[in-house]
This record gives sequence, structure tokens and C-alpha cells, in this order.
Amino acid sequence: MKGFRLAWKKFTRDRLAFTGFVIIFVLLLAALFAPVLAPYPEDTFQIHPADRLQPPSAEHLLGTDSMGRDILSRLLFGTRVTLVIAVIAVGVSLLIGVPLGLVAGYFENLFSEGIMRVADIFLSIPQVILAIFLAQSFRPSIRSVILALSITYWPWFTRIVYAETRALKKRAFLEATEAVGAGSLRTIVLHVLPNVSSSIIVRSSIGMGFTILTAATLGFLGVGAQPPTPEWGVTIAESRQFLPDAWWYATFPGLAIFIVVMGFNMLGDGLRDILDPRIRRGFD
Amino acid sequence: MTQPILDVHSLRKHFKGSGSFLEGKPRRVKALDGVTFQVLPGETFGVVGESGCGKSTLGKTLLGIYRPTEGEVRFKGRDITRLSKRASIRLKREIQYVYQDPGSSLDPMWKVRRILAEPLVIHTDLNRRAVRERVREMLAAVGLGEEHLSLYPHEFSGGQQRRLGLARILCLNPSLVVLDEPTSGLDVSVQATILKLFLDLKDRFDLTYIFISHNLSVVRMMCSRLAVMYAGRIVEMGETSALFERPIHPYTRLLISAIPMIGKKPGTGGEEAEGIGEPPNPESFPPGCRFWPRCPHEIEACRREVPDLRPGPDGRWIACHLNGGEG
Amino acid sequence: MTGSNDRLLEVNDLTVHFHTDRGVVQALDRVQLFVDRGEVVGLIGESGSGKTTATRSVLRILPPSARIAGGRIRFDGRNLLTMSEKELNATVRGRGISLVPQDPFNSLNPVFTVGTQVRDILKWKGGRGPSGSIEMERALDMLREVQIPSPWEQLKRYPHQFSGGQRQRLMIAMALLPRPGLVIADECTTALDVTVEAQILALLRGLVREMNVSVLFITHDLGVASQICRRIVVMYAGQDMEDAPSERLFERPGHPYTRELLESLPTPGGDIRDIPGEVPSLLRPPEGCRFHPRCPSASADCRRKRPEKVEIEPGHWVRCFHPVESQP
Repeated sequence: MKGFRLAWKKFTRDRLAFTGFVIIFVLLLAALFAPVLAPYPEDTFQIHPADRLQPPSAEHLLGTDSMGRDILSRLLFGTRVTLVIAVIAVGVSLLIGVPLGLVAGYFENLFSEGIMRVADIFLSIPQVILAIFLAQSFRPSIRSVILALSITYWPWFTRIVYAETRALKKRAFLEATEAVGAGSLRTIVLHVLPNVSSSIIVRSSIGMGFTILTAATLGFLGVGAQPPTPEWGVTIAESRQFLPDAWWYATFPGLAIFIVVMGFNMLGDGLRDILDPRIRRGFD
Repeated sequence: MTQPILDVHSLRKHFKGSGSFLEGKPRRVKALDGVTFQVLPGETFGVVGESGCGKSTLGKTLLGIYRPTEGEVRFKGRDITRLSKRASIRLKREIQYVYQDPGSSLDPMWKVRRILAEPLVIHTDLNRRAVRERVREMLAAVGLGEEHLSLYPHEFSGGQQRRLGLARILCLNPSLVVLDEPTSGLDVSVQATILKLFLDLKDRFDLTYIFISHNLSVVRMMCSRLAVMYAGRIVEMGETSALFERPIHPYTRLLISAIPMIGKKPGTGGEEAEGIGEPPNPESFPPGCRFWPRCPHEIEACRREVPDLRPGPDGRWIACHLNGGEG
Repeated sequence: MTGSNDRLLEVNDLTVHFHTDRGVVQALDRVQLFVDRGEVVGLIGESGSGKTTATRSVLRILPPSARIAGGRIRFDGRNLLTMSEKELNATVRGRGISLVPQDPFNSLNPVFTVGTQVRDILKWKGGRGPSGSIEMERALDMLREVQIPSPWEQLKRYPHQFSGGQRQRLMIAMALLPRPGLVIADECTTALDVTVEAQILALLRGLVREMNVSVLFITHDLGVASQICRRIVVMYAGQDMEDAPSERLFERPGHPYTRELLESLPTPGGDIRDIPGEVPSLLRPPEGCRFHPRCPSASADCRRKRPEKVEIEPGHWVRCFHPVESQP
């Protein structure tokens, strides 16, 4: 308990990390309460041609789009799309990448060498091209975005977990654990995994930002989410033909992407410090 | 005559060295090169030597952390170098190893409660209450209290971490304990406390110690018999008191004369006092007797032939061409 | 003999605090210490006794969390605590006072040859000498002095090509090059093997005699201290407890802590004696004499105020109300 309070104190004092935390917290609230918060919840899909391209005003705080829909409302609902894509893609990457990284790092044989080479191959596939390929083979959709992101993002986790595990193997306590008689599975799950978890969490947080950015790019290129989904990248793509007159149309979704990606990156850096018990209850 | 609890015969451990990129073939690092000794039940057997002499490798090879390249290690009459995995786990209960730096040998993410319970969870079918009971008992045996159970390893001082390391292995009721540099990095007053604890635990739990150290004063105090290692081999072995009073091998003489001791007038340690050179790098041991480049008495044979460990006076074993015992 | 002219370094009532997350660590409490010209003084104590903090204060290289809360440090007649950083760098650090570090493995820059690093010292700290070539000649002499064979070839090699003992010889040579008045040797033999340690100690003894340099020798090893120091200052938990000629200190220690420390050394065949209790936390150090909670002869006075230093015999000071009876 005391340790937790100390960690929290340390965290709040780290201005960057705390800002990141607040941003993500607000994002979560927005996603959760979008129907309540949005001034025109029905605007996600309903169009009002009469109100098209209104600049920001008291009625439409962030203006309206080419279909007369309230941009603020669409941004709020967009948080849901964004989060779902990011959480699933990162989650799947974790499920694939972490176990492979642990195995490859813990054992030092041909098999682990093989895992790493496969990871390298996947790492070298450009995401956008893979997404275009998937969109072509199936149909452009959120699902193909998630698939493309998961397929290309897991090697990052494998690499980082692999590197951390190899570093841990040089530490005496793993050898000591084996000397006490612990088997490989026990050692990996109970000793290695907790010790690499802080890196995984940090990487996940940064990965969320990265995934959101890529998802928006894919939406923008038309190979991801499709209109009328209120996805941010899609919105920016729609706005192109109305620039520069309807500046608000592209600016606010762009700003939303920027802030959220920043937020995840800042949070990721801050988490690293408080997740380590040595730092949590350290001397200075 | 009592059966030895541990019987080590011509033990070798070679590592692959860091070969150069162009030459291609890696050198072999002969960390242990034919080590033979016996440990009797209940004794404290000392292994001393300087850095790179192979004493830590010896400890870890005895325990099966390293797989020996050659040779036999018989524990209670059974060769333990070629055991099945299951048998070796069972055996690991009986031989335990205490790390040089116990702070780094404890999982930093685990609390003491879990660390101490782990060996019991692995090796026994005790229920949770029994495990908790035993953990408390062991904690008390090493002089720590209940309030320490929910702390992380880094929250302990160096001396306390040594105690934790001991408590963890005692849980399993071992009969042979390898102590690797158990006092290095400790202050003198803490060192005394820990040494006392070793003696106390030895009596209470019927332990046999292998005491690996570079600190000769501590070894002299703790050990009944002693092996002096140099560059992967034992050069001299015998009763501690005899060995200190009348060292025979030139290296032992150098080592003993080099101990900085209060009351010893500087520069009066005789011809060996300051010696020449430094212990060789394990990647490039000299041929023949590995001590000859530093030996004041070196003769032609020393550069060519490896001296065998032969029996000498008063139960001593010596590996030296000049002082080859009685023969 | 003890005129103020002989005083090279004088530390008076030095108090240093570290400001950390957990509070103020009272690392040094009014410590007194001096080194005369040509003298080898040992500063001994266990970890946390403040010996390193004391020497870092002298060079003013304390970490940012440290505050010198009081006291004076005079070196060669000048006040080091009021001196500007610039002046310190120009006249004291690496010039008047040089440091032989504990760890010869990390103290040389691995990407430059030894020659480059020696030349750097000559350039920045060599000062007085006339021209480069003469100075280089002197550097080679110095390497011969520390018994490094064929020094000219060695200058072209990188630090990792030297063994631990040779690296420590290099560090000693580099420390002595600028002709310092005082050398601070911080645990400089701790990382070495016994046989090598003996060689380095012998080397240092010879150099001190020859070059008439003063040495402040910091160590936790009483045996090592006895081999090289003429006078020894014993520290405990941030206080200086005793200051005595080395032989006398080991034969007839005046402070209960020193006596207990000596008795806890391993002796062949003897019983093991330890000091009951633990070293106190310097976040909340005991009032008065900081050794009193572990001291067998502690009285009410010891718990209230810090004892003044008493000269129980000429040149033998003890900071204790109840010094150990000095009669043999």
C-alpha cells in the first residue's frame, strides 16, 4: 500500500507521464460516454445536407462536415473505433509476440533462431501494402485493418521480449532459480515474464499510439474503415476536397490523432519508472 | 575410514572461447583442468585462489549448473554428472549453492515470502500452511523476523541478503552446501556475524560446507581442509593449519606471504612477498606447470610437463616438480 | 614538526547532508581530519561511514543532492570551499590533489590509447614543464617508475589490453604526473587479487618515499591500511572516532568501536567475535555519539552529546567519553 502511494506520488510528479495519463483517461471517458457527451449522437450516420460545411459555432462547436454532420459528435464516436482497432491489434500482437519472444530468448537453440528470423520477415512487410493487399483480397474494412496491424506488429514484442530475456539470463537469480530445481516452464512464466513485463507494458502503450496512427493512415487511403464510419482518418480523407476553406473539417480530427498518439507515448515513458519495484521503493 | 560425501575425480570444464573473426577457430578456455579431491561429511572444505583460477566454475560444475566436459563427481557414492533430469532435480535438494552476491540471486520482482517458499513448492507436496510454517522457521533460523516476509530483496542490507540466501536453501534440508565467496563485499563486523551464522547452522542442520573464497584469513578460520587452486588446477591441498604454517608449493607460499596482516612489517615477507606477474588469463594459460612464469624456482621441466597432484608429507597433496612429495 | 607549515590538508568540522526523497541523510557530522606533507594517512571505516563523502568533499565532486552544511577545508593554505570552480579546476583537481580510483577497469577511456590519455594529462594538468617532448620523456620515466615494462610500446595500446594490476599502475602513474601535493587513493587495491595487491602496495610505499608526496589512503581493509599508513583515522556512521599512529592504533585502540572492529577480524583458531547491532541509518542517526547504541561502555552522556576529541597520548586522539584504558 505504502509502495503504491509512493509510486503514485512519483508518477504525478513526472509531468509528461501524468499529462499522457490524463489524455488517455479523457479518451476512455469519451469512448465510454460518447452517446451522452455528443451533442448530436444521431449524426454518426444521419445526414443534414442543409447544414453542410458550417464553421465552428455555438451550435456546432467544431463545425459540420460535407454532409452536415456535427464534427464533434463524430470525433467522439470515432474514439470508439480508434480504441477498438488499437486494443485488438495490440492485444493480438501481445498474444503472439510475447510467448514467442520468451521462448526464443530463454532457449538458445535453432528453434529460437528460427523464431527470430520469422519475426524479421514479418517486420520487413510494409503495413500499408499488406493492408492494401488484404483490402483487395477481402474487402476494405476495420477487420482487415486489425488483421494487417496484428500481423505486422507482433514482431516488435518478440524482439523486445527476446532482448530482455537474454539480458535476464545473464543475471544470477535465474541461474539460482534453476539451481533450486525450478523447471523451464516455471522459470519462464513466474520469473522471466514478471521481470520483462514493464518493458511489455511500455511497448504496448507506445504501440497503441503507433497503431492508432497507422489505422488512421489506412482509413485515409481508403483501404481501412469505410465511410460513413466516423473514423478519424476517413474524416480527414473526406475533407480533402473542401480544403482550405473548410479548415476545421481536417484540423480537428488531425488534432485528435496527434493528441492521442502523443498521450500514449508519454504514458509509456512514465510507466517504465513506476513498474519496477526497485524504483518503487528505492532509496532515492 | 569415513566415506567421503563428495568425491571429485579429474573434473574438467572447458568453455568455448571468443575466437578471433579471421582465424575462425575459437580457443578453448580450460576453466577446470583435472581437479580431484574428496570432501568428508561434516567438514568445511576450503577452496582458495585468485580471480580466474576456476574456483567458481568448480562450485557451479559440482552442482550441475555447468555440465562437466570430463570427469566424475560422486555424491554419496553416485555419479551425479550423468543423471536423468528427474533424478537431478531430486538431488538438487541435497546439494545447494549460495551465491556470491545473494542480492542478485533473488528475483527482484518477488517478495521474500514467495522467494523462500519456492523451493518447497517445487520439491515437496506440503500444503500452504506447512510451507508457511517452514518458511517462518527458516527465517528465524537465520536471524530474520516475520516483518521481513513482505519486503523485496533490494530492501535488505548486504548482510541480510546473505541471510535470505541461506534461508532459501535451508528450506530444503540440504546436506552439502557450496558457499561461493560468502563474505566478499561485506564489512568486517558484518562478516563476523555471518561467519558465526555459518557455524551455527552447520551444527544445527548437520551441514557439510565447500567454502570458496579468495579471503585467506577467513578460510583459515573456517576450514578444516583446504585446496589451493591456480589456473584451473589444484596446486596444493591439505589440513588448513599445516598448510598455513608450512606451505610447500611456491604459489601457496606467495599467496600466504601476500596477505596484508596487521602486525606484519611491510616488506618482510621473505623472497616471495611481492612476487612477480599476475594470474594468467583463462584464455591463455601457459603450457606445463601454469605457475612457472611467476615461479622463483622454475626449472626446465616446469615449462614442458604438467606436474601431477601427488601425496606429500603430513597428508598433503602437492603438484610441483621440485617439491613432489617424498618420492 | 607539527607547525602549521606542515599541514597540507586540513578538514575542520565538516558536515555534509544529502537531500533525498526519503529525507535528509546526515552523511558527515563535524568531521576533523588532517594530512601533513609527506605523510600517508589512512581513512578507514565500513560502508556508509562517510569516508568517500569526505574525500569527495575535498575535491568538491559531490553529487547534486549533497550540501556542505558546515565546516572548513584548507589545502596548501587555501580555502577549498570558497574557491571558484574555475580556480579549483586550474589549481586543485588533478593538479594539487589527484585521485587514484577504486576501479581501474572503468577509469580509463576504452576508446583511446593509453598514450593519448597520458598526453591529455600533460596538456591540461602538466602545467609548469617547458615543452612537450621533455614532458613526454617525463611521462615515460613515470611509467618506468611504476614498473611498466617497455613503456614506449605500451603507450600505443588500449586499456583493455592491460591486466588489472597494470591498469592500476597506469592510474598511479597518471595521478603522479602533474606532481600533486596530495594523492587520494580510494580503495585502490580492493579490486585486485591478493598477490597483485601486495605488489601495488609495495610500489606505492616506494613512490611515496621517493617523491615525498602525501597520500590519503581510503580503505575498509584494516590489514591493507596497516601495510602502508603512518597514521590512521577511523570513521563510523559519519563521525571521526579515532586518529592515531598506525602501530599504536592496532596495538592499543582508544575508541571502543576501533577495539570491537579489530576483534571482529578473523583470527586463526580463535572465536568469532562480532559487534552486536547494525550500522544505524543516517536518515535518523542516533543522538550524541553515533556508536552508542552498539557500545558496551555507553553512558547517559553518550546518548546526549557528541564527545569532543581527547588527546589521550601525544598524537593519539579519541572522540569518546570513555576511552579504552590505555595501560597494557
